[in-house]
Amino acid sequence: MGLYAGLRDCRREEEQLDVSVVPAEVLPGGAPAVPETARGPAELGPAARLWPSLAAVYRAQLSRARVARIPLLFVATFQSVGIAVMMRGVVDSGGEAQSVVAGSSVLVVAYVALNLLSQYFGQLRASGGLDHYATLPVPPAAVVLGAAAAYASFTVPGTLVTAVFGCVLFGLPLGNLWILLAVIPLAGAALSGLGAACGLLAPRPELATLLGQLGMSAALLLGVLPADRMPEIVRLARDLLPSTYGVEAYARTFGAHPDWAAVLVDLGVCAGVGVVSLAVAARAYRRAAVR
Amino acid sequence: MRGLNKTYPAVKGRRGAPGTPEVRATDGVELDVRRGEVFGLLGPNGAGKSTLVRQLTGLLRPDTGSVEILGHDIVRHPERAARLLAYLGQESSALDELTVSLAAETTGRLRGLDVRRARAERDAVLAELGLTPIAGRALKKLSGGQRRLACFAAALVGERPLLVLDEPTTGMDPVARRAVWAAVDRRRAEHGTTVLLVTHNVIEAETVLDRVAVIDQGRVIACDTPAGLKERVAGEVRVELVWRDRAPLQVPEVAALRERAVESGRRWTLRLAPEEARAAVATVTGGAAFAALDDFTLATPSLEDVYLALGGAARQGLVKA
Repeated sequence: MGLYAGLRDCRREEEQLDVSVVPAEVLPGGAPAVPETARGPAELGPAARLWPSLAAVYRAQLSRARVARIPLLFVATFQSVGIAVMMRGVVDSGGEAQSVVAGSSVLVVAYVALNLLSQYFGQLRASGGLDHYATLPVPPAAVVLGAAAAYASFTVPGTLVTAVFGCVLFGLPLGNLWILLAVIPLAGAALSGLGAACGLLAPRPELATLLGQLGMSAALLLGVLPADRMPEIVRLARDLLPSTYGVEAYARTFGAHPDWAAVLVDLGVCAGVGVVSLAVAARAYRRAAVR
Repeated sequence: MRGLNKTYPAVKGRRGAPGTPEVRATDGVELDVRRGEVFGLLGPNGAGKSTLVRQLTGLLRPDTGSVEILGHDIVRHPERAARLLAYLGQESSALDELTVSLAAETTGRLRGLDVRRARAERDAVLAELGLTPIAGRALKKLSGGQRRLACFAAALVGERPLLVLDEPTTGMDPVARRAVWAAVDRRRAEHGTTVLLVTHNVIEAETVLDRVAVIDQGRVIACDTPAGLKERVAGEVRVELVWRDRAPLQVPEVAALRERAVESGRRWTLRLAPEEARAAVATVTGGAAFAALDDFTLATPSLEDVYLALGGAARQGLVKA
């Protein structure tokens, strides 16, 4: 009988530690003396499987947008549109314009997926909200992926609006806009994975916010401006930022004969970063939830 | 009901943050909770109740000791805790921006229910707790008590044999409290659900608990039925004196009482044997002392008295409401 064995073990431990503070009489019906009625271990409740629970988390997170995120989505879009307008005064049409439009579109993804998700997980962790998920039989990956997917979805309208507006503003073709259907989820995966990992790894919520903000600022400063004007060191930093590959994948498609292989490579980098960062975030979640 | 089903022996935790001295939040706690019981953990803030609960729910690994729930070793398999128990923590931040209905449904689905069953159980629980009229509102927009009730509803969706409730009725009005205890009773009667309740509300502890463990500084200082605990101090009567302005210390009997009183502003609380209490009342209701007296009460012991008599460190830690 597992119960009995467990008790004996702990007795032994108690003796060694000599810390037992409960006199026997305060345990009415005392511990080991009670005959165990032969009821074995209770049946475990069902565990939530990955996909259904991912879908449930996704749906719940998406509905949060209605309550809390709409104003922030406006800000994200407005900011990107504003940057496109500002750059219109600096940059002519052509290759540089392509970087600006692609950069400001992907910036929406960085703002929401990286910055907001990092803040969200940072706050959830600090306030003890992770306990809720940690006491449910749900795989860590479902919580992280569900939230990341929802935040990536939040970015869709803003990214599209910015892209269309930018194309019109700079006179770029709208024909290959469909590439955003690949860019948003893949850049979204990479950036929300980073955001989730930052939020869950940061020891304090302020630090999570800071990391998210810094990441977004980097995406803004390094992603929007055309790379060939930059000094070598900045270009290196730009190459280290996953959002860059989303920007470049999109920027490449404006030409008359896009280099689809290069586009695929860029998207592949996004996907790879996404897989790694989401895996890191899922591990971080497990650690953060069970302290 | 002798069927011992859960044992929480020797849970010992040690939590120290750098820069602050090591705190032993739970210190050799040893408890047995029987199936179908409403078992309470009573103690002041910082007594280690929540740490204990976090260890039981698999959220916190004890340094030493073992936790067994319904035959499962939770220290070795913390992930099983989530499949055995439903936990209502003190924080609602994970659900705050959801509607009541979605919070309950999502929690049910994350407890492994399929969509259809999660919705059916959600509807049943919301109706049972009287939450249907506010099902479409976000938790954030609700009052504290309603929000708490909504979180409680989420904890009930996806039936579990053990409910771990950390101060479930905080901020609730009497109607909501009654709904909570009715729901708990129903589950106990129908499914033999065991309830572990954390509280520092003495009155609630006296009325709803089958047994209660009094926790102080990470230790169990007593564990019995509320009535059994009260019997230990049955020989005592609590006398409370409230002075108008200040105590008339020029009266020698009053000066003598002062040594045994716990003072808080104008209020003195004394624990006395019945005949001593009679003498004290006679003193303060006559002569000079009576002129200075604003109010006095005589009461039989409550769990709070038990707590204090057992040497609880915090003198004013428990809520009486």
